[in-house]
Amino acid sequence: MRHEPVIRLIEVSKSFGAGERAQRVLDGVNLDIVEGTTTVIAGASGQGKSVTLKLILGLLAPDRGNIEVSGREVGRMGAGELREMRTEFGVLFQGSALFDSLTVFENIALPLKERARLKAGEIRERVMRTLEQLDMAGHEDKYPAQLSGGMKKRVGLARALQMQPRIMLFDEPTTGLDPARSMEIYQLFYRTQKEFGYTSIIVSHDIPRIFDLADRVAILHDGKMWTFDSPEAILLSGEPLIQDFVTLTMGEVYRSGQVETL
Amino acid sequence: MIRERIETIGADTLYYLRDLGRMGLFLLLAVKGVFTPPFRFRALLKEIRLIGVNSVAVIFFTGAFTGMVLGVQGYYTLTKFGSEGGLGSAVALSLIRELGPVLTALMVTGRAGSAMCAELGIMRISEQIDALDCMAIDPFRYLVVPKFLATLISVPILTLFFNVVGIYGGYLVGVKLLGVNPGAYISGMQHSVVNQDINLGIVKSFVFALIIVWVCTGRGYFLHRIRNAGFGAESVSRVTTQAVVISSISVLVWDYLLTAMLL
Repeated sequence: MRHEPVIRLIEVSKSFGAGERAQRVLDGVNLDIVEGTTTVIAGASGQGKSVTLKLILGLLAPDRGNIEVSGREVGRMGAGELREMRTEFGVLFQGSALFDSLTVFENIALPLKERARLKAGEIRERVMRTLEQLDMAGHEDKYPAQLSGGMKKRVGLARALQMQPRIMLFDEPTTGLDPARSMEIYQLFYRTQKEFGYTSIIVSHDIPRIFDLADRVAILHDGKMWTFDSPEAILLSGEPLIQDFVTLTMGEVYRSGQVETL
Repeated sequence: MIRERIETIGADTLYYLRDLGRMGLFLLLAVKGVFTPPFRFRALLKEIRLIGVNSVAVIFFTGAFTGMVLGVQGYYTLTKFGSEGGLGSAVALSLIRELGPVLTALMVTGRAGSAMCAELGIMRISEQIDALDCMAIDPFRYLVVPKFLATLISVPILTLFFNVVGIYGGYLVGVKLLGVNPGAYISGMQHSVVNQDINLGIVKSFVFALIIVWVCTGRGYFLHRIRNAGFGAESVSRVTTQAVVISSISVLVWDYLLTAMLL
């Protein structure tokens, strides 16, 4: 199964609005995500990165093109199939999307309560174990409003990991966090991915730090996929557009092959 | 110029058709959800507390004062014909057929309907509903169905409560303050209220409950699809206002229709 693409985007286009005000967010994008790898989708704000994730999950439908998850076309799935497909996914939302009327414990326990028929004691044990792994022990009775941004992300991650997903989607996991907190979150990815072995797609513009985690980097611009390659290849690329992007987002230092700083 | 206008008319028509279709499907799915297991008993109890139990005080005061006003007004009118003995039947019939269901529905719309709409709207804009979808938890079953069931259970009971309190309010004013014969008040009521009146009141309260919960949860749930709603907190406030207005007007329109149809 390895090296088989688990997610494929084939010539996907998506616009919002109608008539002359229509905004084309994706324009014929192709993308193959290989099982067990980490793919980073980068690009400036408003370039359709989050939309790509929503398309993969079937929360939005593409105007043209196909999306396949594990070889099955998302657009042709019924409600039941869609739900079944989503059980393979864990999602960390941009704003964490925690249920703000539930405590941290209840948030993390929710997928277990609703989807796995477990006893209350077992749920409690599993939630507490995850909280400990993510250094969140002692915060289980707090409400999301009482947590800092970084803690919310950790709770979101804990909740997403409860059902042991095969694929994790991260929507701008470090936006709004200071560099130290961002590093913490990255280390958490690294640790949990090693432990759970999920395929991950990270949408981020936290370049260059995010390059350390990536096996492959996709750069979206103006609805097109500029490049989809390994981080090293992107840094060393001779293409003027990509060079400009690298210079713009990382500064001169990273150009001309000085990757040892990374 | 003409083309633009036709385009606008077309776009508007499509928007309203889609909106109507969405709301129709929403109602179907919610009603289907009410009858399909697993039933979420705890969630239902929680919603009944929010929608029903917490409305008791409001309904008590509205019912009491409505009954008292009916007592005063009815007495004033009936003395002109020298038939103040009919006060009991006047108060009871107005309450059971008309004012009980309508005022209860309007109070529940204001108290619980707005809260349901805002709650779902906030969950929509903060991606909490998307999060449920992504966790493969049916947001309908988790969020909407308990509210439907709780409203359908609570509103008729609140209506009955409203009627009883109102009738005693009328009794208090009519008999204790204005000196109507207590026997005449009670027996007049017993003779004039027939099963058909009570059935009409019950049918109305179920229909109104359905309208309230359908409009209020539906608007909140589809907040992101509503045109010109704006964004963020503003969209929640606008859509909540819209839901309360639509639901109140629909209650009054259906009140007329049901009275005319079932009279």
